[in-house]
Amino acid sequence: MVYLTRKAEFSASHYYHNPALSPEENQRLFGKCNNSNGHGHNYTLEVTVRGKVDPRSGFVVDLKQLKDIMHREVLDALDHRFLNKEIPEFSKLIPTTENLAITIWQRLAPKLNAAELHRVRVYETPDLFVDVYGEEA
Amino acid sequence: MKAHLTRRYMFSSSHRLHANDMPDDWNRDTYGKCNNPHGHGHNYHLEVTVSGPVDVATGMVCNLVDLDSYVREHVIDRYDIQNLNALPEFADEVPTTENLCIEVFEILQRSIRRAHLEKVRLEETMMNSFEYAGGAEPRH
Repeated sequence: MVYLTRKAEFSASHYYHNPALSPEENQRLFGKCNNSNGHGHNYTLEVTVRGKVDPRSGFVVDLKQLKDIMHREVLDALDHRFLNKEIPEFSKLIPTTENLAITIWQRLAPKLNAAELHRVRVYETPDLFVDVYGEEA
Repeated sequence: MKAHLTRRYMFSSSHRLHANDMPDDWNRDTYGKCNNPHGHGHNYHLEVTVSGPVDVATGMVCNLVDLDSYVREHVIDRYDIQNLNALPEFADEVPTTENLCIEVFEILQRSIRRAHLEKVRLEETMMNSFEYAGGAEPRH
C-alpha cells in the first residue's frame, strides 16, 4: 500500500457563533473569533489517498485527476469565500477547523474512485491543524 | 466523525546526555558530543494532538484556550529556558528527547479530560523528531 499526499491552499473568512446561545455565552466560548464581521486565514489542505501501485502506470492515483477533484469539490467552492455566509454546510455548522476538515472529507470521499481517501488535514495556521480519517472504528 | 486536532508550541532548553550509573568512557561512546559536560541546547517544537467527536455547540474537539493555558502552565513554563538535567524528573533519567516526549505526554494526560490525548510529537531539531502515544501506535 502506498500513500500519496497532495497539498493545496485556499483563503477564506469565517467567524464562530452558535445562535442557540446568548451573546455573552458566545463571547465567552469563542472570544475574538465571535466578531460577526469575520476574519480570515490562509488554509493549507493536505489530501492523502492510499492504494496499490498500478503496475502499468506506476501510479496510486492519477495526480491530475486528484487535483481536478480537489479543485472542483473544494478549492473552487471555498477559496475567497466567507464560509458562514456562502457555503451551505456552514449555514448550520460552526466553521471551525474541525468542521471544515469533516466537510472537505464529505465532499471528497464520494468523488474518489481510483484510490481510497485516507486522511484530510487542514491547517488553519502553521500552529493549528486538524486531521480526519472518515468514520473510525 | 472524529477529528484529531494538533497544536504546535515551542520551548528552548539545555541538556546533557549522561547516564550517572555508567562509566565516563561508556557515556562518551554512547552520546558523543551530546555528552559535553557543559551541556548544549535546542529549540524544541512540541505538537500536542487531541481527538474526539466534535461538540455540536462549539464545533470543537476541545476548548483551545483551555488547552493552550494548560500546556503553557504545565509544560512550556516548566521547560522553557531551563536546564533539563536540573529538573527532578531527570535526576535519575537521561533527558533524551525520547524521555522528554514521554514526560510531556504523562503531564498532559493528567489533565486533558474532555478530549482524548492522542499523541505528543517533539522535534529536537529540524532533523529529529519523536512521537509517543502512551503505548498505542501513533496514527498518521
